[in-house]
Amino acid sequence: MNFEFLPKYYNFFIQGTKYTILISFFSVLLGIVFGTILSLMRISNNKILKMISTSYIEFMRGTPLMVQLFIIYYGLDVSSIVGGGFGDIISGIITLSLNSGAYVAEIIRSGIQAVDKGQMEAARSLGMPYNMAMRYIIYPQAFKNILPALVNEFIVVIKESSIVSIIGIHELMYNADTVRGVTFRAFEPLIIAALIYFLLTTSLSKVLSKLEGRLRVSD
Amino acid sequence: MIEVKGLNKKFNSLHVLKDVDLKVEKGEVVVIIGPSGSGKSTLLRCLNLLEVPEGGDVIFEGIKINDKNIDINSIRQRMGMVFQSFNLFPNMNVIENITLSPVKLKKVSLDDAKNKAISLLKSVGLEDKANYFPSKLSGGQKQRVAIARALAMEPDVMLFDEPTSALDPEMVKEVLNVMKKLAEDGMTMVIVTHEMNFAKEVGDRIVFMDGGTIVEEGTPEEIFNNPKSDRLKEFLSHF
Repeated sequence: MNFEFLPKYYNFFIQGTKYTILISFFSVLLGIVFGTILSLMRISNNKILKMISTSYIEFMRGTPLMVQLFIIYYGLDVSSIVGGGFGDIISGIITLSLNSGAYVAEIIRSGIQAVDKGQMEAARSLGMPYNMAMRYIIYPQAFKNILPALVNEFIVVIKESSIVSIIGIHELMYNADTVRGVTFRAFEPLIIAALIYFLLTTSLSKVLSKLEGRLRVSD
Repeated sequence: MIEVKGLNKKFNSLHVLKDVDLKVEKGEVVVIIGPSGSGKSTLLRCLNLLEVPEGGDVIFEGIKINDKNIDINSIRQRMGMVFQSFNLFPNMNVIENITLSPVKLKKVSLDDAKNKAISLLKSVGLEDKANYFPSKLSGGQKQRVAIARALAMEPDVMLFDEPTSALDPEMVKEVLNVMKKLAEDGMTMVIVTHEMNFAKEVGDRIVFMDGGTIVEEGTPEEIFNNPKSDRLKEFLSHF
């Protein structure tokens, strides 16, 4: 092990981490938005919405993320639409969030369906309309149920964001690989990258498990 | 107050209710008894349309409520229901469970709703549990809160779907006592239960169901002491 390259190249890791955080943050955020919409379509009584959502989810889960990334980046040629050098980052965020949305949708759907049927019946028997029962009774319970799975999905997004290095985004993985190239040392820069990813994912799960603990007061 | 005419309900190929007729007068306590799978819970759940019947009429205070143009939510506000599995909302404490629907649906002020909830909790003997979450209550306590929650909407009729079936024996009594008091106060009640002594004591009329039909109905005296049908005699011999 030789980390003598670090004083000279540490900034690569810092800049890379910034981009990784930026991309992951927006991907998770948009993933939740897509996922929520998709899950509502999936549990709705409208057959067409249901079918669109179901096929979308199946397709996103059944095809490789890298293929999806190339379709968005080369196929849709986002760079030529957006310009200003943001095209690749936006392609990355769009792909990750479209992909994550499919998983989030399934998590939300299973969380809603896991709430005991009697809860809806009790709410309806009191005279609550369906939407009100969902809002006050079903969603709060579903949210608590799905939080662990959701945290897991966020962690997956952070890790999978490394794949966007392939379209030349200077995030953590890309920059670690750059350092590997210029220093002719493979092991150390990649170990540093791995440690930074590990730090990001564990601190995220720590923060969110605190939130989970707070939601558990009613148990 | 409630009238059911020619009610039919199927679950796929299973014909659970076959041309059932039932009448419940104001202030009356009707107890439905019968073996498991006889359709008694389904009949009860058809009264507030938690189950939608395929055929027949459910008439509540002169209005046919199994009709597309009926706002079932406003009808349900006048029909309280108590379930076998309590179905308290676990994400809310006791007082929130009771006040949620009066505040949101009847636009009662939160203070008024809370005062009403406290007095209801007093009447079921649980005023000290107002800020507890349901998970901290025993089964009997949960069911009493569930009764208070239904009563908070000031319903015209209360439907009880095997309210003591999920309770330990020593908790059955505390729930039955609350129901007895309610009956004495003149509440119209329809009760599905396996508690024969309670049915005898509290019921104005007993309805015996088997195989999706009402086999026999009458006063507790008629049903328990002079059963006519062989099926009812056989059923009562198990108790």
